[in-house]
Amino acid sequence: MNKLTINNLDLFYGENHALKDISLNIPNRKVTALIGPSGCGKSTLLRTLNRMNDLVENVKITGDVHFDGEDIYQQSDVKALRKRVGMVFQKANPFPMSIFENVAFGLKAQGVKSTEEIKAVVEESLRSAALWDEVKDRLDSDAFGLSGGQQQRLCIARAIAMEPEVILMDEPTSALDPIATHKIEELMDELRKKFTIVIVTHSMNQAKRIADKTAFFWMGELVEHGETDQIFNNPIDTRTQGYVSGEFG
Amino acid sequence: MDSAMTTNTLKLPEKATKKRDWIETVFHLLFLGCAMVGVLSVATIAWFVFHEGLPAFQQAGISEIIFGREWLPPALFGIAPMIVASLISTLGAVIIGVPIAILTAVFLAELAPKWLANLVRPAVELLAGIPSVVYGFFGLVIIVPMIEVLFHIPAGNTILAGIIVLAIMILPTVITISETSLRALPSTYKEAALALGASHIYSIFRVLIPAARSGIYTGISLGVARAIGETMAIIMVMGNAPAMPGSLLEPARTLTANIAMEMSYATGIHASALYSTGIVLLVFIVLLNASLLYLNHKRSH
Repeated sequence: MNKLTINNLDLFYGENHALKDISLNIPNRKVTALIGPSGCGKSTLLRTLNRMNDLVENVKITGDVHFDGEDIYQQSDVKALRKRVGMVFQKANPFPMSIFENVAFGLKAQGVKSTEEIKAVVEESLRSAALWDEVKDRLDSDAFGLSGGQQQRLCIARAIAMEPEVILMDEPTSALDPIATHKIEELMDELRKKFTIVIVTHSMNQAKRIADKTAFFWMGELVEHGETDQIFNNPIDTRTQGYVSGEFG
Repeated sequence: MDSAMTTNTLKLPEKATKKRDWIETVFHLLFLGCAMVGVLSVATIAWFVFHEGLPAFQQAGISEIIFGREWLPPALFGIAPMIVASLISTLGAVIIGVPIAILTAVFLAELAPKWLANLVRPAVELLAGIPSVVYGFFGLVIIVPMIEVLFHIPAGNTILAGIIVLAIMILPTVITISETSLRALPSTYKEAALALGASHIYSIFRVLIPAARSGIYTGISLGVARAIGETMAIIMVMGNAPAMPGSLLEPARTLTANIAMEMSYATGIHASALYSTGIVLLVFIVLLNASLLYLNHKRSH
């Protein structure tokens, strides 16, 4: 079953044709990795899935993206979409407030008032992000006091708190050391049971370790996509072969 | 030939290095000297004002000056009415001006379409450049008569008139600095908030403004400093009666107005009492800066 279906998507930043006729299915409760060299359009594609590209001036998008059968570019309530499609950014970006307030932010933005409910969701989200044991005694301290890896897990907890169906991750471990990266990857293995995950990554090893499906992008084109094993072991296209074997990119 | 070249290449860098070191030292001293200009000026002003003002404190008594309600030189030098007038007019200007300024800054940084921002921003910057005596005219011609009509009082030269003029005068400072600090925020804050399904307005009030608060505090404190130090416009619109005001619709004299209006003819202890008025002003400014330091310090911990 496909959670997201992208059909003939073209995206222009002004004159720059950043995505060229992309069609891709994102399966439900699986991890889909988007790989490719810098500037190939993989992050841009990720940002079309929760309409973050709407923030960019002069962006033009044609084609469609269906989320549970509904075209997200026809639907006017972007906030409702972003509640269902969470995002974790390349650099951990907690808000300048306490750990608790960071996780509670999305709920409060939705107008949830009940302190009990918020507390329960915050705890559950921090547990799901494997951060609870490390922060339970200092929920009121500043989020910037956490290590880089903890901050990124806090951002994951913040996204989980909204109970999204899809979590988009834009190179979530590129700023982290190997141990913190390992923890996040372990976490993603847990998360895939509940969420559909789309991850952009520069690390081919990471894609191999965590992704069920992999899509390879090259200069705005989707060159090849399929089972992760197939992409890395039996790539069809010579460009994919060159990239995954480390010849370029 | 070879050896000559070797000595040459050895000599040249040495000379150049010496010259560079020398230039380095000269610039170092130049920077230090420039930095000292500000420090020395503050020290000189403080010393000078205290030196001239202390005799009044000694002769008339500190509490008689600070808490005294009568200003009748050369007999009584109570400046309590002026302290109250300065504080009330500044506070009023902050209460009216700061919210308007912060909302304008948010509008310019986040909401306004480019063409409108390009229209509003130069207007605000122009406001900053208008001399205070012109603000005084504006107050006299517009604000003062308006107050007379609205409140049915014979003379509109009141604290309220001063408050309104000061509120407008502090706008450009607070707007410009707040807008700059909002624009300096990393875009990741806004993206993170929007990606959680928060509305743009919610993100502005719950994330962007709190994140930019140290810059906004700086803008406010510069605005307060301008309001408390403003003299000319205040003299023109506030009536200047040296009596304790009973309401916002009564005339009053600020600390700065007291000094400016009487300095030209004051002598002896009267003049010294004006300097002691200056001491009180200086203390207010120091307290203001201290509280700003405290607020920003508290934030970074």
